[in-house]
Amino acid sequence: MAELGAGSLLLGDPAFNYQEAELNERLKRLYPAVNEDETPLPRSWSPKDKYSYIGLSQNNLRVHYKGHGKNHKDAASVRATHPIPAACGIYYFEVKIVSKGLDFLSSLLPLSPIPGWDKHSYGYHGDDGHSFCSSGTGQPYGPTFTTGDVIGCCVNLINNTCFYTKNGISLGVAFTDLPPNLYPTVGLQTPGEIVDANFGQQPFVFDIEDYMSEWRAKIHGMIARFPIGERLGEWQAVLQNMVSTYLVHHGYCATATAFARATETLIQEDQTSIKNRQRIQKLVLAGRVGEAIEATQQLYPGLLEHNPNLLFMLKCRQFVEMVNGTDSEVRCFSVRSPKSQDSYPGSPSLSPRHGATNPNLHSAGADSPTCSNGVTPPNKNKSHNKYPGVSSASSSSSSSPSSVNYSESNSTDSTKSQPHSGTSNQEETSDSEMEIEAEHYTNGVAENPSARIMNGTYKHQEILQAQDISLGNGVAEDSCASRQLCGGNQAATERMIQFGRELQGLNEQLCREYGKNVTHKKMLQDAFSLLAYSDPWNCPVGQQLDPMQRENICSALNSAILESQNLPKQPPLMLALGQATECVQLMARVRSGSCSFARVDNFLH
Amino acid sequence: MCEVTATSRHYVDRLFHPDPQKVLQGVMTEVLGSELRTEGVVVLGSELRTECVVLLGSELRTEGAVVLRTECVVVLGSLAMGTENNIKSLVDCHIIPALLQGLVCPDLIFIEACLRCLRTVFISPVTPVQLLYTDPTVIPHLMSLLSRSPRTQDYITQIFSHCCKTPEHQTVLFNHGAIQNIAPMLISLSYKVRMQALKCFSVLAYENTQVSMTLVNVLVDGDLLSQVFVRMLQRDLPIEMQLTAAKCLTYMCRAGAIRTDDRCIVLKTLPCLVRMCSKERLLEERVEGAETLAYLMEPDVELQRIASVTDHLVAMLADYFKYPSSVSAITDIKRLDHDLKHAHELRQAAFKLYASLGSNDEDIRKKITETENMMDRIVSGLSESSIKVRLAAVRCLHSLSRSVQQLRTSFHDHAVWKPLMKLLQNAPDEVLVMASSTLCNLLLEFSPSKEPILESGVVELLCSLTQSDSPALRVNGIWALMNMAFQADQKVKGEIVRALGTEQLFRLLSDPDTNVLMKTLGLLRNLLSTRPHIDQIMSSHGKQIMQAVTLILEGEHSIEVKEQTLCILANIADGNTAKELIMTNDDILQKIKYYMGHSNAKLQLAATFCISNLIWNEEGSCQERQDKLRELGFVDILHKLTQALDPNLCERCDTHTHVHAHYVIG
Repeated sequence: MAELGAGSLLLGDPAFNYQEAELNERLKRLYPAVNEDETPLPRSWSPKDKYSYIGLSQNNLRVHYKGHGKNHKDAASVRATHPIPAACGIYYFEVKIVSKGLDFLSSLLPLSPIPGWDKHSYGYHGDDGHSFCSSGTGQPYGPTFTTGDVIGCCVNLINNTCFYTKNGISLGVAFTDLPPNLYPTVGLQTPGEIVDANFGQQPFVFDIEDYMSEWRAKIHGMIARFPIGERLGEWQAVLQNMVSTYLVHHGYCATATAFARATETLIQEDQTSIKNRQRIQKLVLAGRVGEAIEATQQLYPGLLEHNPNLLFMLKCRQFVEMVNGTDSEVRCFSVRSPKSQDSYPGSPSLSPRHGATNPNLHSAGADSPTCSNGVTPPNKNKSHNKYPGVSSASSSSSSSPSSVNYSESNSTDSTKSQPHSGTSNQEETSDSEMEIEAEHYTNGVAENPSARIMNGTYKHQEILQAQDISLGNGVAEDSCASRQLCGGNQAATERMIQFGRELQGLNEQLCREYGKNVTHKKMLQDAFSLLAYSDPWNCPVGQQLDPMQRENICSALNSAILESQNLPKQPPLMLALGQATECVQLMARVRSGSCSFARVDNFLH
Repeated sequence: MCEVTATSRHYVDRLFHPDPQKVLQGVMTEVLGSELRTEGVVVLGSELRTECVVLLGSELRTEGAVVLRTECVVVLGSLAMGTENNIKSLVDCHIIPALLQGLVCPDLIFIEACLRCLRTVFISPVTPVQLLYTDPTVIPHLMSLLSRSPRTQDYITQIFSHCCKTPEHQTVLFNHGAIQNIAPMLISLSYKVRMQALKCFSVLAYENTQVSMTLVNVLVDGDLLSQVFVRMLQRDLPIEMQLTAAKCLTYMCRAGAIRTDDRCIVLKTLPCLVRMCSKERLLEERVEGAETLAYLMEPDVELQRIASVTDHLVAMLADYFKYPSSVSAITDIKRLDHDLKHAHELRQAAFKLYASLGSNDEDIRKKITETENMMDRIVSGLSESSIKVRLAAVRCLHSLSRSVQQLRTSFHDHAVWKPLMKLLQNAPDEVLVMASSTLCNLLLEFSPSKEPILESGVVELLCSLTQSDSPALRVNGIWALMNMAFQADQKVKGEIVRALGTEQLFRLLSDPDTNVLMKTLGLLRNLLSTRPHIDQIMSSHGKQIMQAVTLILEGEHSIEVKEQTLCILANIADGNTAKELIMTNDDILQKIKYYMGHSNAKLQLAATFCISNLIWNEEGSCQERQDKLRELGFVDILHKLTQALDPNLCERCDTHTHVHAHYVIG
């Protein structure tokens, strides 16, 4: 029989492949919570775990009996390749009686001759309609079954019960208190007896998805009605706190303040600190990493010195940004003046739907700390309205020629304010806050990391990006291919090369101090590789130039700063989300079936 | 009331304020609230009500008029939310025509207010639903308002659902396009609207072939209506929606619009209804679920078989009898009250469902009787105070009594005949029909209960049933007597004849109901069996019986009736002395001759039977009879019949010609 199993793998039959694809799709849909790397689903009968009287065929789905069939001793069974994973929540398979004999159907733990007769084995027998639970004496259970009937077995891993179906009709609970790790099994005892299994290869006769939907609704209801008990009063405070800390973490200063005011909560961190972080983040996200490093060193002395890895990462990024032509160290060489943006079509209206008051909404990016993407706090418009004059912020510092003066007073899409003005006023605050939001929005949208889309979307929010274009060719935003290294400026290129050498030096220094670091080496290699191509934006390592790549380093820097201030490096909201996700995965491992219907993403909208 | 009068005095005072706006404002601020107050105002302020209704009907065309009238309707609606008395007095001052009149106003807010108030009034059981149909323009107008807003849809469908009580109502609504107008609401965004539309359809389709046949072809957004209903059976939807959708499908199926073997019935509707019977559901839902399921599968044995194995339904129903449970009595009084209220309903629903389940299949009946304490439950159900329970219990018993095995075993063991007899003494007709029908089965020859029932003096009772106005009761009465007379001894037969009286017997022979006639003939035939009995009865009632037989043979009756009558003649011919009654009656002999030559083989056979019995030679006088029969030409006919095609008949003729010939020679 082993050759049959092997043979099935070599089958190039397109029908088989099609069936395989359908099987995968159906299993994925039925059991989304199952991680098949850890707990594979049963897909066929096991050529190994079977009695010799059992023959397998048709991709190990058809079982026939080839023994004498004289008495119970001649009974034989076969089980599926894998036990039923608990994360299924509800598991179902069907068997069609192709040719009748005495059929025994079941799910069982050890391999026993007749399902239901041995310990931990459970069966439903076709000759008398009885159910057998770990013994040779049956209980009247359902009708008898015969040739042409389709018998199904559903294991509910939430309440550990099992019921059978006959031709799509549920016959009611057969067993309760089932043990874990059951295998789908069939037993046969009569010569000529044939049964075909359906583990999801074909649509089931019984509407199992409808049954699942009932349990999903039940479990969701249970979660929704879960008693909070004594802490009921604090519930709202906890939620508010979560939202507030989230806003603070990402530096939505004005929103956070407004939220705190409205909900009468306290913000742990002081305003200046938030604004500082916000400013640094903004710099990183704008690609002006050099300035960001400078600001960090100035505002948080010692921070980067204590985090050489972070510093190295920042410097690497700075190098990449130099190639990009966005870092201020190369931009100052630019001959052209920054081009002011002429329109911000729908920037505010494009702002994604908002959910500052609902922490769930933020969790779209659960695995990334920059999950704020795509979310704009509701207070945004409010704060905009509060500071209608914001747009007139002017570039004040010669060292940042990039600052743009928006001539048309756009109250919603604020001007870029000069990044290193130490005394940011109220207007600036709201100003920069909005800008970050805008950037985040872009980040959220630019899922397709193509330069073109970047330009298209970034253009109306990010000056520096726009400048890219203007540096590149001055006009056309769609001619991204014509962008040039370091903005095409010779002096800038030289500066970049020099910086590269410094970076190399830093790497060597770090190697001496802390030993070799593979990650650093790779990072450096990738960054330098950019220079090997005539068009770095369209090269195998060109993805580094994507502004989206700034997000990771930005959040790393933000977390490091927060940590240095003895503040949590992750907002509690994200922590809670992560914990919930982890918890559901843990439930699967400890065989709690309800995890299948308690998935975190079901609650994120 | 005096106190109420005092506290409410100021409303009434304000009523006469010259500015109607003021009046309303005063009322609005004070009235909307406690029911007691509302009651007070209704009791007191007949002026107020009239005022409101008058205002409502007024044709003020000013800017503020609509606002004022809307507020007016809101006040009335609020009053209607009170007790039934409120509704009564509102209806008495013609609120309905006034509100219906208001629907012609172009203002949507006002229309919605009117509809809401109408809804509140119409859903009350005290409002005569006929009021909706008195003005023929109302229904078409309501139909046209359905498209105005989700609110109008909600209110109007609620009104329809509550006011559709008879087939005539269904037809009126159907003829005004209810289906086309309401169907799109099934996919409305509002759950409320979807639900009300669904309810409306369930009311419209109930036992209505025309509606059901139309429904099955309706498309909603490209889907057949039945598919839309099936989607509403989904298990994660609210129970109310699943249950109502299952009802719609059930009614469509019973009306013949959906086949009973359709997947949507077998795999969707039936399992859904079984789920509604589960312990997890509310008591009301379980009652409705069981009743609907019973109705769905009543005529179809395959559905009964499927239901009997679905989710342990038979065992699940046993739980219906456990209310109020001993636990609920201890834990809290509220729960006990709730359980008590539903206990009767639950029991009758379970009996109904058992009756339906067991109406055809012997295995299912066995399964039911083997359910814990089932027979005891039926027995106690037969004597419960609630008529509904008694009726359902006797239906269940009747269904089970179709089983020979159960009659022999459990029925006898539990002496079900006792409570059944008691039930027959004094019960409304619908219970009597079921009970007497069950009794018929209990009186079958092989039933061990037959003896004790006979001894309990059932004959009088059955005879009185044959005099009932209800044909069903007459049939059951005579049927039971027929069963009783089958192979009975002389004493019982005599008692039957005496108790029934020949007059009543002959009255039954001219009964307009063929069933009654057939069973009466059956009774006669059973009475006239075994020679001594035949002779005895014929000696005392021969003349009348022969008259009746002649009458039936001459009358316009079905083949079955005539056949039965000829069989009676055959039985008479089997008697020793009774034979002469035929032999001396040339008219009858001619008739027998006629039927021997009849084109229908059954009648030929029965007539031949008669002759065969007449010529049977046990006594000396047979020669005489044979001679006479030969004279009349019977021999020729018998000879001819031997060439007949019917093998059955052929054989019989053969033996007779042989016998005949033997006598001739002998």
